[in-house]
Amino acid sequence: MKYAFFPGCVSKGACPELYQSVMQVYPKLGIALEEMTTASCTGAGVLQEKDEKLGDVLNARTFALAEQRGLPIMTICSTCQGVMSQANHRLTTQPEYLQGINAILQEEGLTYRGTTTIKHFLWILLEDVGEEALREKITKRLTGLRAAPFYGCYIQRPTEALGFEEHPDRGKALERIIEILGAEVVDFPGKTRCCGFPILTINKINSLSMVATHTQDAKSHGADIMVTPCPLCHLNLDGMQSQAASQQKTSINLPILHLPQLLGLAMGMKPKTLGLQRNLISPDLPLARIGMGP
Amino acid sequence: MLTTLRVRRYNPEDPQPGPFFEDYKLELDPSDSVLDGLIKVRETLDDSLALRCSCRGAICGSCGMRINGHAALACKTKVMSLTQSGDTIEVEPMNNMPVIKDLVTDMAPFWEKISQVQPWLKPSEPPPVGEYLASPESMNHLAGVMSCIMCGVCVSDCTVLEVDTSFVGPAALAKAYRFVADPRDTSTTLRLETLNQPSGMWDCTRCMECIQVCPKGVGPMDRIMALRAKGLEEKVPSTCGSRHAEVFTDIIKHKGILDEPMLAVRTFGLKHVGRLLEMIPMVMQSVFKGKVPLAGPLHRPISSIQHIQRLFTRVRKKS
Repeated sequence: MKYAFFPGCVSKGACPELYQSVMQVYPKLGIALEEMTTASCTGAGVLQEKDEKLGDVLNARTFALAEQRGLPIMTICSTCQGVMSQANHRLTTQPEYLQGINAILQEEGLTYRGTTTIKHFLWILLEDVGEEALREKITKRLTGLRAAPFYGCYIQRPTEALGFEEHPDRGKALERIIEILGAEVVDFPGKTRCCGFPILTINKINSLSMVATHTQDAKSHGADIMVTPCPLCHLNLDGMQSQAASQQKTSINLPILHLPQLLGLAMGMKPKTLGLQRNLISPDLPLARIGMGP
Repeated sequence: MLTTLRVRRYNPEDPQPGPFFEDYKLELDPSDSVLDGLIKVRETLDDSLALRCSCRGAICGSCGMRINGHAALACKTKVMSLTQSGDTIEVEPMNNMPVIKDLVTDMAPFWEKISQVQPWLKPSEPPPVGEYLASPESMNHLAGVMSCIMCGVCVSDCTVLEVDTSFVGPAALAKAYRFVADPRDTSTTLRLETLNQPSGMWDCTRCMECIQVCPKGVGPMDRIMALRAKGLEEKVPSTCGSRHAEVFTDIIKHKGILDEPMLAVRTFGLKHVGRLLEMIPMVMQSVFKGKVPLAGPLHRPISSIQHIQRLFTRVRKKS
């Protein structure tokens, strides 16, 4: 299981604990990674607001680089995954469009043949590592921890580009992982909704309302923590949670964990090794309750 | 197949109006639609159940409702797409609009927002003798968005309307695009300037719920993105939304990757310096917790930045 690793800007920027935790867990899962250090940002759907074709050219370049290595791409960000999946869908379903994009890429000595697959770490755990192998790696089941899943829009919609038809279980992958790790799934209506991050700079009140709604909702359903495969959701749900609570004149205090952080805990790693001290809402209390002190 | 339809009931005329869920067990064929099931409930089990429907063929847009948590047309949703073994199907009225009774919602706020975008052509010259002419290409481009049947399904599942009822919403914005992109209309700039205001095109979160649920493939969010691109092209007065897109693109051009602090500083600028100051406590807390970029606060360009810049230039030339 070898992948071209696309870490995404945020795991190297504002969420270094995500990169740190994935670096800790992947070698123990039988996964090998080659990091794509020369790949550009996907555009995150923002560059695409200005010029979708430009976004497709940049992503086609990344796909071509992985294709040259003969490797599928592994992402650790719902937004990177979704933007790349959508770009790949456009490129692989419209041959004339791909031809036009390749005409632009060719001057860089690149051609994309349309064979690269792009997979989020979340899907790799279930589809490639496999449930049985994953269970074998779990040395410290998270029994007693009530975890609410939060996906991020881009890994849920549009389902056509994300391969849900071929892999119908992708829509429930996070719940499956939580169960495998021995924690209790806290189901709540907001788990597939928007965290509000894309409009944080545009309409902060609405953005914070979304943070407050989902974190409060998860808490009222009994969650001790929330887990997400998207660092952008993490930036808003964790980073802006205290401001969201102030806006609603309440307190929330729900720790938000990155997926590899939760996985690492169940694999017996220390919270500090997984960068949990960097999360703004401390998970110390719920972790102490299940015997996982800092 | 014995199936249960769990329907959310509400009747304002009842002393106990609800809402509450009521279960109806009935025999359904897997090829039946949810609407077939609801009509069967009304005809055989409970004639007090209120729902709105007409064509039964996904043309009239009357039977929008939430089915298992997502908005859809009941006539277009087959029972077999939801269950193979008679699992309970949950049916609720559409979200983000008032409920009149049971599954019937008040569409008045929906129509108000549609009329806000002035959904009619505004040519500047007197009508021509005969017909207005438009190229087949321009009409083909609009065919998708003209498929909208105004069912309200996209509005029901809009994540922004859930927290802010003033947002103009996906249906109205898709309708606005239909006129912005029509070559016969001459109010493009004015329309874009109006949509550029708060609660307009920049307030969409890009959550794609509307793309996912639209029963006619209109892709409202794609139209909102096209409106934003048109707005940037037409150089509508800058807002935090437009600057965010411009600055983001510029950073990728110069560094290949995102530089988050730079994005915030340049998006807000001096005009919104207060917004920057509001971020200081969060930034301080992040630094205190060691939540700082692995390569240090200065985001250096990626090693292949010249390739990226050449691609930017080439795409611009081609378009």
